[in-house]
Amino acid sequence: MNGLVVSGFSVDHGAIRAIDSLSFTVTAGQLAAVIGANGSGKTTLLRSLSGLKAPTTGQATWQGISLLGKKPEELARQGVLHVSDGKSVIPELTVKENLALGGIWRRDKKDVAAATAEVIDLFPRLGERMSQSADTLSGGERQMLAIGRALVSRPKLLLLDEPSLGLAPLVIEQIFQTINDLRHKLGLTVVIVEQNAMSALRIADIGVIMNLGKLVAEGRASDLMNDPALRAAYLGY
Amino acid sequence: MDQLISAILIGLSQGAIYSLMALALVLVFRSTRVINFAQAGQAVVSTYIGWEVVTRTGNYWLALPIAAIAGAIVGAAVESFLMRPLSKRASKGAIAPVASVILTLGLLGVLHSGAAIIWKGDQKLLESPVSAMGITVGETVYPFSQTDFLIIGTALLVMLTFSFIFQKTNLGLALRASAFQPEIARLSGVRVDRIRAIGWAFAGAAGAIAGVLVTPGSALSPNSLDLLLVFGFVAAVIGGLESLIGAALGGILLGLTLSFVGLYVGTSLTFVVPFVILILVLLIKPSGLIGGRKSRNA
Repeated sequence: MNGLVVSGFSVDHGAIRAIDSLSFTVTAGQLAAVIGANGSGKTTLLRSLSGLKAPTTGQATWQGISLLGKKPEELARQGVLHVSDGKSVIPELTVKENLALGGIWRRDKKDVAAATAEVIDLFPRLGERMSQSADTLSGGERQMLAIGRALVSRPKLLLLDEPSLGLAPLVIEQIFQTINDLRHKLGLTVVIVEQNAMSALRIADIGVIMNLGKLVAEGRASDLMNDPALRAAYLGY
Repeated sequence: MDQLISAILIGLSQGAIYSLMALALVLVFRSTRVINFAQAGQAVVSTYIGWEVVTRTGNYWLALPIAAIAGAIVGAAVESFLMRPLSKRASKGAIAPVASVILTLGLLGVLHSGAAIIWKGDQKLLESPVSAMGITVGETVYPFSQTDFLIIGTALLVMLTFSFIFQKTNLGLALRASAFQPEIARLSGVRVDRIRAIGWAFAGAAGAIAGVLVTPGSALSPNSLDLLLVFGFVAAVIGGLESLIGAALGGILLGLTLSFVGLYVGTSLTFVVPFVILILVLLIKPSGLIGGRKSRNA
């Protein structure tokens, strides 16, 4: 089966069940938006898919190969890149070093240089700040840097945790637009976890709505957006 | 004036050794949040290995790198076979935050007694390859020797090498990233466990070199590097505990202070001064005199 397949997926935090037998499928090349309020298990889902946390039961496969039981660094090397909560950069390092981190383990140094040049092309603001430490960046620039670092690794499956967190509305629209452009250009499969339902669903092919660890609805993003009951109960508009 | 120059040179030479020990402690602390009391034991075992090399070959220059390699191997082994399993097994309950410190104390005891069993408790001499006699210029004999210059030079070389590795190489970038934000480093594809073992190896090598450099001034016995460990801690705390540059400067500052106290006040105070400095720094500026938030970058 092509793409990301999650089935019967349950994750526990001690005695608390954070995700309860969740199943959904993202076809390769699609963008999925996982929507839910705080505590709905979205972040836990990404952490379990990227190897940071082990699920209690269930399966998760990417292009037919299981994601489970592997270390996050090994998954990253196989093209599964998780940009964790909001601004996943290392503030003590410079912009240049943060980008380099995505490629230091890669053999093809030529392609690392090419990928880095593409990122700077995509986010010229990063190019102007290469030797600044990452903690001098604005929230939006940090998000660009985090995504840029993942791109230097040449991702195939990109897991984005709340890219809109703490950003101004205009910046949010820019970031989502960039993500959408990128996945079309690079043929990426993307899973975005968001509280900002509207922005995420607008660029998504499919939507997965979660509440308290359970699947509420799954389907085409446009269908979900047009469902009055879902809009009232979960999408908040 | 002569006395001042002597005080500065002796201070630099002793301080350089404290710097190396402080580096060993800071390298481990900032990458794994472990206060490594076993460093004195790791260094003494490595120094005994250096002593074996000198005894068998008569070559101190060979002993220095071999002791450093031995120290690196011991350091990597401690991280891989003790600390890493410990962090998985003792991750819950009251023991979790202190388990690693207690383990390093236990390991210090094991290494001390192990050294005593293998090499006996008697004092071994490790001669310096260059003169340890005061340098004579004209009629005046200065209290510093060629050995002091050897110490300063070697320590400087080690620090420059570390600085190059940390700032200019991919390995150094991986070491810093793994120390600052291990989770993000992992998600970026850095094999953090392996990188941590390398960090411990660097620390072990620095401690071993400190041991081989300091021993010609006294003698080698299973406990002979314990005071160096304490001085290393003082230097590390002065430097803010997380900064490599802070550790280096902290060691030099401590060495100079002790040297000035020894020359101008009296040697009876040299043992109490480091502890007073330690307490004062912790009470007045616990983030370190040299370190600050920025110091982590270095």
